[in-house]
Amino acid sequence: MSIPSKPLTLAEKLWASHLVAEGKDGAPDLLYIDLHLVHEVTSPQAFDGLRLAGRKVRRPDLTIATEDHNTPTIDIDKPIADLTSRTQIEALRKNAAEFGIRIHSLGDKNQGIVHVVGPQLGLTMPGLTVVCGDSHTSTHGAFGALAMGIGTSEVEHVLATQTLPLTPFKTMSINVEGTLRAGVTAKDIILAVIAKISTSGGQGYVLEYRGSAIRALSMEGRMTICNMSIEAGARAGMVAPDETTFAYLKDRPHAPTGADWDQAVEYWKSLPTDEGAVFDAEVFIDADKLDPFVTWGTNPGQGVSLFDSVPNPADINDPNERAAAERALEYMDLKAGTPMKEIAVDTVFLGSCTNSRIEDLRAAAAIIEGKTKAEGVRMMVVPGSQKVRLQAEEEGLDKIFKDFGAEWRFAGCSMCLGMNPDQLAPGERAASTSNRNFEGRQGKGARTHLVSPLVAAATAIRGTLSAPSDLESVS
Amino acid sequence: MDKIEKFSGVAVPLKRSNVDTDQIIPAVYLKRITKTGFEDALFASWKAEPDFVLNQPVFAHGEVLITGPDFGTGSSREHAVWALRDWGFKAVFSAKFADIFRGNSGKQGLITGVITEDETEQLWDLIDANPGIEATVDLPNQTLSLGETTLSFEIDAYTKWRLMEGLDDIGLTLRDEPAITSFESKRQSWRPKTLPAKGI
Ligand code: SF4
Repeated sequence: MSIPSKPLTLAEKLWASHLVAEGKDGAPDLLYIDLHLVHEVTSPQAFDGLRLAGRKVRRPDLTIATEDHNTPTIDIDKPIADLTSRTQIEALRKNAAEFGIRIHSLGDKNQGIVHVVGPQLGLTMPGLTVVCGDSHTSTHGAFGALAMGIGTSEVEHVLATQTLPLTPFKTMSINVEGTLRAGVTAKDIILAVIAKISTSGGQGYVLEYRGSAIRALSMEGRMTICNMSIEAGARAGMVAPDETTFAYLKDRPHAPTGADWDQAVEYWKSLPTDEGAVFDAEVFIDADKLDPFVTWGTNPGQGVSLFDSVPNPADINDPNERAAAERALEYMDLKAGTPMKEIAVDTVFLGSCTNSRIEDLRAAAAIIEGKTKAEGVRMMVVPGSQKVRLQAEEEGLDKIFKDFGAEWRFAGCSMCLGMNPDQLAPGERAASTSNRNFEGRQGKGARTHLVSPLVAAATAIRGTLSAPSDLESVS
Repeated sequence: MDKIEKFSGVAVPLKRSNVDTDQIIPAVYLKRITKTGFEDALFASWKAEPDFVLNQPVFAHGEVLITGPDFGTGSSREHAVWALRDWGFKAVFSAKFADIFRGNSGKQGLITGVITEDETEQLWDLIDANPGIEATVDLPNQTLSLGETTLSFEIDAYTKWRLMEGLDDIGLTLRDEPAITSFESKRQSWRPKTLPAKGI
């Protein structure tokens, strides 16, 4: 007798199809890893560990490395000035050579932020398990992959065994229904989600973004959303694959071809969450009502509509959150009640694995084209990969940015975390398309407002946090 | 990894919530390529404040950290655990930990015990009244004692067993090597391989 199978969510299907060994007596399940992305910051100690134990990389052919966190974004042909940055990058090159791993180094067209490089090569695809020693690995979930950030010990574990012991997760459905208004983007959806469920609301969950507003997004937009799942504390974020996903993948260098492609697409079509599958939690967001969102505090959950004001901590009931808000306002040097649009910035940063893909650059360029940059505001544009940079140059976007007075840089993480020289000075304030506004993230004492590429562009023109709709009145 | 059962050490109150890993260890310290020697990096920005708790001699050699909820959020950097461990901490207690941080801790022999927010405050008061008081952590019985006060804490059964046995992750997994090989033999041909390299 066949037992009718229980309807499953996308995440549960991926778990089941990668199970190597079920954990007994409370031990975690052992899952197979399809793709392992490596960068210079979280890998040296992992390779060190392998060497110490006399172990090899089990599957170099499922592993790929790139340099991103420490790479300079100017003068990339000169030796890296910072000694420790250079040491890390040299260690990665040496380890890649020793263990037989493919690497895309500075100067190579596939060098760039690890989460931009995987999708660009067509290595990230639906139905995979993807890991990387970086929390924003959740980005790859946009393809309908189970993609998780891991720590350095786990990097070593995956290198040695191509598997990972994982404890089960809960599932949360984030339903975003409706149509985004002009000027509202994927970034605003995810900032609104995090403000709603808080920076720990996703803890223990894999989030699946669903609904008409998600289906209407490009792959770039879906990646932006999945990227920031980790800022809601989630294990991973994902979007079910559909025609948008297949169209993005088709003909990418590592996408399957011929009969393999047909077989893959057929399989991918079986992945979306079954009718009747039950999520452990559900959240609803009305896309029609969303405004551009910006953060005012020092965690990504401390955000409001750009048309709103800096909140008053006294209005917050939870004593911990209230104290955190007070501390945040002090650090950010903001007064409760100040309209967000009156906040003046020193720097606009367009980049990071959240918003540095070609679509992000196009959207920002369309807004600044023919406009003048606000006096005294510095704008830095850092493409997510060399390939994005080259494509943007082919489309003439670099010229638009340069004419505007923005700095046109080489690919890398750059000011997202300021491990390279791209940092804010103490007390400086940035509108940043990145994903973290933590204290000191973009430089010691630096103040960060997370924004969409559209808001970043409008802000660079007006000098204060602004929406594209604010520009019509001045032009 | 050493086996852990029961130990005592000075309890340190860190009266902050939402301590993210950027605060535990700022990004500039991630540039190192070794696996030890991160003690100087622990809470580096806060250590610049003279009245920060770890700057007080009585707490400078603490081994048991008692802190507010949502500890270890943010970046997945395992260096956060190394820095705590290298400083000398053997256990952290909080009402809530970030998942990745908790996972990383278990693998490095750092106990992350969950107690309630009320209990956290109670312990802070106790330490305020007796600075330098020792905490005794009994892992098999999942108890934390300071003076007369004994609380039970939560830790998942598997991590507890691993800590008590001092087991290495990879060695554990490699006991399933035949299952891995058999799984690999069924891998569909459409699944990607990074080698030979394409698109370059
Ligand atoms: S761009 Fe920022 S968030 Fe993304 S991988 Fe680099 S440092 Fe991390």
